[in-house]
Amino acid sequence: MNEILQGLVQAFWLVISLDTELIAISLRSLYVTLTALLISTLVAFPLAALIVVTRFRFRRVVIAILNALMGLPPVVVGLLVYIIFSRSGPLGVLGLLYTTSAMIIAQTVIITPLIASVAHQSMRELWADYRDLLISINTSKPQRIGTLMWDSKRALITACLAGFGRGIGEVGAIMIVGGNIDNATRVLTTAISLETSRGDFSLALALGFVLISLALSVSFATHWFGKTERGGLW
Amino acid sequence: MFPLSISRVEISVKSKKLLGPINLVINEKGITVVLGANGSGKTTLLEALHGLRKLSRGKLEWSVPNSQAAQQQSFVFQSPIMLRRSVIENLIYPLIVRRISKSIAVEEAKLWAQKIGLENKMSQQAPLLSGGEMQAVAVARALITKPKMLFLDEPTASLDGLAKKTIEEILIIAAKGGTKIIMSTHDLGQAKRLANDIIYLHKGILESHGPKEDFLNAPPSDAARQFLAGDIVI
Repeated sequence: MNEILQGLVQAFWLVISLDTELIAISLRSLYVTLTALLISTLVAFPLAALIVVTRFRFRRVVIAILNALMGLPPVVVGLLVYIIFSRSGPLGVLGLLYTTSAMIIAQTVIITPLIASVAHQSMRELWADYRDLLISINTSKPQRIGTLMWDSKRALITACLAGFGRGIGEVGAIMIVGGNIDNATRVLTTAISLETSRGDFSLALALGFVLISLALSVSFATHWFGKTERGGLW
Repeated sequence: MFPLSISRVEISVKSKKLLGPINLVINEKGITVVLGANGSGKTTLLEALHGLRKLSRGKLEWSVPNSQAAQQQSFVFQSPIMLRRSVIENLIYPLIVRRISKSIAVEEAKLWAQKIGLENKMSQQAPLLSGGEMQAVAVARALITKPKMLFLDEPTASLDGLAKKTIEEILIIAAKGGTKIIMSTHDLGQAKRLANDIIYLHKGILESHGPKEDFLNAPPSDAARQFLAGDIVI
């Protein structure tokens, strides 16, 4: 109990004193996860909408795989990305291992299926409503995809938040591909992991509280800008 | 675009025949009303003519290529499908899809909002309107592209007198303006008010097609006689 209190107090002081290392680590966390999130949404949203509006042979198999990939163990993703980018790996020449780029790639792999699945679910329901109308109006496939994405934007924001939550709190993959190098690839989660193993629980807790408040602020900000729960049903 | 020739058209679902064989020629003038009991195939016929249903047999031939014909048709569904957007955004949608500039589309939509008496609700979310208002928006959205062919599937089935009157007046003006209208209805009074010619369907078979007076004065079958007399047709 005492340690939690100490952690809170220390977190408070770290934030109040604008601790440079804490700020650097937090910003790096945000940079890695938000970049991964951006790439994921660019891939996942159109992909999900395309699966919704297109009938093809292995559609159900693709959806099942997408859903299964939601539970992809981050450690395994980290391991695979590590092998691919390690010196002797197929993309070793790029020299990305132990950089934030490798961390972004790993996180993108982890959160894309999650975002795509959530987006697919909500757009599928909207498509059930819209299908006849959009076909009747003689819309092209890109127009259908655009309409579905625009009109389910609230659900897509939720998908982003789910992806952000999974990314920002993830430690297994980025620890492996990033290496938790001070001033280079250390982020909040890997720092917490390190401080815990070093026995500095209060600092670990302080970092944990910062991490939680970061996640909460992003969520609140998104809801605020997205005007969720205001002005009508959606 | 006209005449539309329908030859030996059949629609079956899982080897159960829902409609046909239908042979019919649709000319470009006036309002054609499709009458028949529930399950007689009215909706299936309209959807097939509009291209929403795959034909199991037979063919539909417009005098222009199908892609061109598709651009000049609109369909109003029995339960209105509203995009989760404001009224004005619903109205401009078909124009935007046809790559008409937004400012022109908005001007046109304002005129239509006035015609249906919703000029004060243009920025309201369309799915929150009353049933009658939604159907009026659906009819306006269907007519805003100035289609040559308008299908309506029981558009006033669940509306009260005033809402029904608004829609009927719009349809009469549209028909005078040169839009061919094919609508299905249960409402014999409405058929008498609007129809130039009547198609009567019974159990998926076309029993008659001809001028309204012929059908009303000399019903082609026992089922049609019962229908006209207000009896329950099974």
